[in-house]
Amino acid sequence: MALEDQRTTVYKIDPAHPESETLPTLRTEELLLNMGPQHPATHGVLKVILELEGERLVKSTPVLGYLHRGVEKLAEDGTYHQFIPHTDRLDYVCAMYNNFAYCRAVEKLMNMTVPDRAEYLRTIVAEVQRIIGHQFWLGTQALDIGAMTVFFYCFRDREILMDWFDELCGARLTTSWYRIGGVERDLTPSLIEKLKQFLDYFPPKIDEYMVFLETNRIWLGRTKGVAIISAEDAVSFGLSGPTLRGSGVDYDLRKAQPYSAYPKCEFSLPLGKNGDTYDRYWIRVQELYESVKIIRQCLEQMQDGPIMADVPSVTLPPKQRVFTNLESMIQQFKLFSQGFDAPPGEIYCGTEAHKGELGFYIVSMGGGKPYRLKIRAPSFIHMGAFDHMSRGYMISDAVTIFGTYDIVMGECDR
Amino acid sequence: MSLQQLASRLQESFSTGFVKAVEWRGDLAVTVTPDRLHEVAQFLHDDPAMDFDYIVHVSSVDWPDDEERFEVVYEFYSIRKRHRIRLKTRVPESDCIVDSLTDIWKGADFMEREVYDMMGIRFRNHPDLRRILLPDDYAEGYPLRKDFPLRGKGWRDTFEFLDETAR
Amino acid sequence: MGLIEIGRHEKDGASDVVTTTVEKAVNWARKGSLWPMTFGLACCAIEMIAAVSSRYDMDRYGAGVFRASPRQSDLMIVAGTVCRRMAPVIRKLYDQMPEPKYVIAMGSCATSGNIYDSYSVVQGVDRFVPVDIYVPGCPPTPEALFDGILKLQERIMLKPVFLKQPDQVKPGFKI
Repeated sequence: MALEDQRTTVYKIDPAHPESETLPTLRTEELLLNMGPQHPATHGVLKVILELEGERLVKSTPVLGYLHRGVEKLAEDGTYHQFIPHTDRLDYVCAMYNNFAYCRAVEKLMNMTVPDRAEYLRTIVAEVQRIIGHQFWLGTQALDIGAMTVFFYCFRDREILMDWFDELCGARLTTSWYRIGGVERDLTPSLIEKLKQFLDYFPPKIDEYMVFLETNRIWLGRTKGVAIISAEDAVSFGLSGPTLRGSGVDYDLRKAQPYSAYPKCEFSLPLGKNGDTYDRYWIRVQELYESVKIIRQCLEQMQDGPIMADVPSVTLPPKQRVFTNLESMIQQFKLFSQGFDAPPGEIYCGTEAHKGELGFYIVSMGGGKPYRLKIRAPSFIHMGAFDHMSRGYMISDAVTIFGTYDIVMGECDR
Repeated sequence: MSLQQLASRLQESFSTGFVKAVEWRGDLAVTVTPDRLHEVAQFLHDDPAMDFDYIVHVSSVDWPDDEERFEVVYEFYSIRKRHRIRLKTRVPESDCIVDSLTDIWKGADFMEREVYDMMGIRFRNHPDLRRILLPDDYAEGYPLRKDFPLRGKGWRDTFEFLDETAR
Repeated sequence: MGLIEIGRHEKDGASDVVTTTVEKAVNWARKGSLWPMTFGLACCAIEMIAAVSSRYDMDRYGAGVFRASPRQSDLMIVAGTVCRRMAPVIRKLYDQMPEPKYVIAMGSCATSGNIYDSYSVVQGVDRFVPVDIYVPGCPPTPEALFDGILKLQERIMLKPVFLKQPDQVKPGFKI
């Protein structure tokens, strides 16, 4: 045969005595494989250097910084109000939650209380953002594993909410609707009606997504037992959000240190048992149901009232008044050119964003600009545990592990 | 434990390293000397009444007018006891090195690398101390220091890779 | 073919033969089958994904087949902030694309750097890659991206197909 030439050696084993023939040992070495930064499955510009032994991951080294925009340095250059659009672009999948976390931090610094209606509005919109964030996660995780139908279904329902945001504040994705001291404008009756229709339409849709995944052998095979992390390791690494609750640790800032309208709502916290990808997926799907519950309760309990705190030296005046009233125009001008006078001191304020604990550590020396603003981004901290979580799994599980961490590079690199 | 009790328990246990404790807007910030930092952190992690098992963030602040220029800030939280503490230490520019806490909390690894990258503070006994958000060969300095210009020193506009392509 | 025909000949009252130029036919084929490369960097990538999804279907313009490899694509949509660390990667991918290739700078960050006037953000991707179409917005809605793609298609129809002889080619001539 043409194959039997000098380059090939054919080993013939006697079937009666298979153990008598010894094959020469094969030479093996580890392979260094570069994954990213341009890659369809890495959820943004992330480079990971994988050391492989065959198909098993021995070590993975994430290389971050391809989206490092210098946001913390830019914060020192502008006023507190001017930083709100920067926070949108951190976790750009659910942008308003970053606004929420930042405004809460500045309100803690200024010792301001936000009126009740504004708290309810903030909570409602924050939970709607959690829904679109988890839908995006589910769509992309399913797409990476191969379930393309779930991707299209999730994005179809996400578009309904994007239209809702468009009507609320004019932008679909990077919204900046929250303000320091309240929110920018109120929900119109048509928006409330549309939201109620969505809350009736949505839970059967979650069941529809689950039809594709819950009993699917491929899904279960690729998510059960993959990327297991124990509770002690998860706490030691500083994980938060569904990645921590997947390992059974009962830590959610909405329950541990309640804020906004969450103390007045009843909702449960789904907890995982094994700490694998399937548990984290299940928790995020249950959180979709819980968000619907929270929004319904807030809509019932919400009363009429002001939507912005009455502290004219800090809060921005309504836009309609700025163009007609001289005092409002002067107030707006002063707040944007010099900023309000923050007291000297430092605070840390953490909020349960849908990826984990998003926190802002602000050091103020007085004056209108922050002296130092540090963003505690959950995605960055989760990348610290990536190497630990991925050892021993196959290379195709690396894609699943990116998804289960729910990393967004805007937040990770800042 | 209340914040007052936390501060007094720390002060009793570490009379030499303890510098001051400030409580403001519901947050407790305790400053210690850099040589006792690792012991204090170990105590905060292991002591059953303290039980700080969760590291929230590690960050740094630059005070260029002070003699001890850099301040390293750690924030810890206890999931079971539900209390928070902020631990701070000051180092001068000439000797800006502190002990790494990666042996106590594994999450401190990436966080300390970011502090090194942005501010230039080194960490003793860190397993892999190199830049994380900027490239390894970034030579312009440490961006978050107050004497570093916002627009950088020209790195963002030089594209040396363009000369390599025959276009 | 109504857009590109030049002559139409009838026989016995029925349309028989359509004549056009080779350039128009080749350009029509090129514009109708743009294959973009998956190159989402930041927030604009989310709107690009939404443009490919079921509501705003980019596939109806022929541009829905996103290829992961630059060797198989002819359109690079730079969607998101271009950081200096990512710049050599973008240039390498651009060089790996075969001719004819087009670049759309999607969003304000790729066009000019947007609000990020900091030490590590390149103020526009056109500093090191030639750009055909700029789509402003932060992020541009999927309809705005389609506007950019349709304008690119009009531009493609105007491009010459046949290469000139080498002594006629001036430096900087782009296909």
